[in-house]
Amino acid sequence: MLVALTVATSVAALALAAWCGFAAYRDQPTKDWHFIGMGVVTLLALVQLVVGVVQLARGEDPEQGTTIFVAYLIGSFACVPAAGFMSLAERTRWGSVTVAAGGVVLAVLEVRLYDIWGG
Amino acid sequence: MAVTGTDEAPAEPGRRKLITGPGILLVWLYGVMVVGAVSRSAVQISTDFGRAPLAYTLSALAGLVYGFITYSLVRGGERARRAALVCCAAELVGVLGVGAWTLAEPSAFPDATVWSDFGMGYLFIPVLLPVTALYWLRRSRAATRS
Repeated sequence: MLVALTVATSVAALALAAWCGFAAYRDQPTKDWHFIGMGVVTLLALVQLVVGVVQLARGEDPEQGTTIFVAYLIGSFACVPAAGFMSLAERTRWGSVTVAAGGVVLAVLEVRLYDIWGG
Repeated sequence: MAVTGTDEAPAEPGRRKLITGPGILLVWLYGVMVVGAVSRSAVQISTDFGRAPLAYTLSALAGLVYGFITYSLVRGGERARRAALVCCAAELVGVLGVGAWTLAEPSAFPDATVWSDFGMGYLFIPVLLPVTALYWLRRSRAATRS
């Protein structure tokens, strides 16, 4: 696992969470710019998924098991888009809160990924 | 159910939604917990069930309860609201019971469950979620009445 990529994804996820949290604070729904932000974070998670799978294919082993590692990679990739779609269905501040929660969840998943890989 | 009036129409569009406003956040968090608890217990039960059968079974049970609550919230309507209310109460009892149990008798749990130590491993979301959901579901009824 690339530690730098994990850190970058976590930071981006937390930034997204703060940004959408701010939108919610101002009683605004998610807007185009937020969706671009979600796209960036999702792209980072996708790159991480690819890098992770490539490293597995090379024969490197995560410390806590391949299945769990792949499950977390997929989960972290799906996390923000899922929250994004829910915010499309809920065009109020609560949609923004949901995306903010999605960002926090992704950051937690990144920490877990780091643990699972073994530092 | 005369109390609720308008939302009892059998047709799909007539169902009162439970996922508007804060409800959407609840669905999201419950969805995350479903994925977390179900996938976790699936991996643990299929690979190493013998190590901590009680803990893994409890995690699977938690996953089922979360799944049902999520489904009820998405489905909406008065019956689903009541079903979700009952499940959230059961969930709260489960979290508090299992949480206390893991603290009182750690030897029964060689490995953690979703509800160990009141859900500490999940940022206490397991114990905060049912409380919030109960509040939201009760408020939904109040809103229907007025």
